[in-house]
Amino acid sequence: MLVLRAGALTTVQDAGRPGYAHLGVPRSGALDTGAYALANRLVGNPAGAAALETTLDGVRVRALAPVTVAVTGAPCAVRVCGRPAAWGAPVWLRAGAELDVGRAEPGLRSYVAVRGGLAAPAVLGSRATDLLSGLGPPVPVAGSVLEVGPPGPDPVPSADAVAPAGVPTAELVLPLRLGPRADWFTGASLATLLSSAYRVSPASNRIGLRTEGGPALARVRGGELPSEGMVLGAVQVPPDGLPVVFLADHPVTGGYPVVGVVPAGVALDAAAQARPGLGLRFVPARP
Amino acid sequence: MRTLVVGREALLVEVDTAGEVAALHAELLRRRDAGELGGVREVVPAARTVLLDGVREPGALAARIAGWEVPPLAEAEGPLVTVPVRYDGPDLAEAAAAWGVAEREVAELVGGIVFRVAFCGFAPGFGYLTGLPERLWLPRRATPRTAVPAGSLALAGEYAGVYPRSSPGGWQLIGSTDAVLWDPAREPAALFAPGVRVRFEEAGAA
Repeated sequence: MLVLRAGALTTVQDAGRPGYAHLGVPRSGALDTGAYALANRLVGNPAGAAALETTLDGVRVRALAPVTVAVTGAPCAVRVCGRPAAWGAPVWLRAGAELDVGRAEPGLRSYVAVRGGLAAPAVLGSRATDLLSGLGPPVPVAGSVLEVGPPGPDPVPSADAVAPAGVPTAELVLPLRLGPRADWFTGASLATLLSSAYRVSPASNRIGLRTEGGPALARVRGGELPSEGMVLGAVQVPPDGLPVVFLADHPVTGGYPVVGVVPAGVALDAAAQARPGLGLRFVPARP
Repeated sequence: MRTLVVGREALLVEVDTAGEVAALHAELLRRRDAGELGGVREVVPAARTVLLDGVREPGALAARIAGWEVPPLAEAEGPLVTVPVRYDGPDLAEAAAAWGVAEREVAELVGGIVFRVAFCGFAPGFGYLTGLPERLWLPRRATPRTAVPAGSLALAGEYAGVYPRSSPGGWQLIGSTDAVLWDPAREPAALFAPGVRVRFEEAGAA
């Protein structure tokens, strides 16, 4: 496939490279894991096949050979050679056909799976582009050619179009389990954290979802936290007191206290689709 | 030793010193290899903690860990890597002055230390090396450099490190090496993995 329009940020992503955090290697991988997995299922790919993750304004590619694709994640207009095509369903492209993945509306990140998967070289078992560490395939630009692997044994399912799931429109609600360093903050701060409105900051990226517009957390203890291991979904609080939710490209260790953790899965998938300016609340996670 | 539950499936085990982290890390790897930690996905040592990620029942594991006796680490445990270094860093003179030695004595001073990779972070293959005696600890530079060349041997506080690739950095640069710290196509990809012991040998020295 030839990239004609790369969009604001399009990367190759798969299930990431867990298991190497002790060597300083982030997990990386698709941010909206549910949408990514669905895209692969729709083209009959095995779980873990590499796909494109777009940001806000989609991507346009030309198929250099016949191929089946599927677009999921943030809802968007899908066009093949200018004509409307199905979103959330397998779409067949003849050689030379152009697929245009339009602007996300609502949401942020769309996934384009290709039958056979993208065949960029794997690094430590993964084809994910890790923007923090610079591992994995380069970020595609207009003119990049994306190799496609051979199709797997599973057929393209005869699925009906699926409904978009998990894209927050009015507000992003993130369940938070306090700890491990909640005791670095005042009790009043913790209560405020779980009862206040924040907004998604435009400084958010694949490394973290930054917040703004809400109360800063006050610490009961000063000093620095010696660097410690960070998990996906950790909510780190830098000196400005505004929580940052760690997403897939987050650093493996960090030196700011983690007030709580948002569980991976549906909640972080929604965080991956939250646009800057969207309202955001943290609520206590169920035990 | 204190355990802290992190989210639904991770645990932080906290101790008091870098040496205790090293011993705890070795013990955790032993027990993982013996199948005692279930399907733990990540064992991530850091300055005063080891993170266990991908734990099925963090509460139950925390209770078990509380009953452990962690044996201290034997002095010569862990593979030893010798790294050839040229002592040509832009901060060499400053470091020598801070230590009260001549520049040419730095190689011998640093070369006499067997460091240990305490943990990794910052970039793939960047190891935080402990073993520097306290009298050789140097503060970070007041203004970080925007680009530190790959292969720079650097010091900050209780740690030494080598930059695997060019990046911004605020550590004091005393030397450089051609050793490849990180190569994902190599097995192992990281020359400095936690637990590896490291000796810096002056390049060209017999």
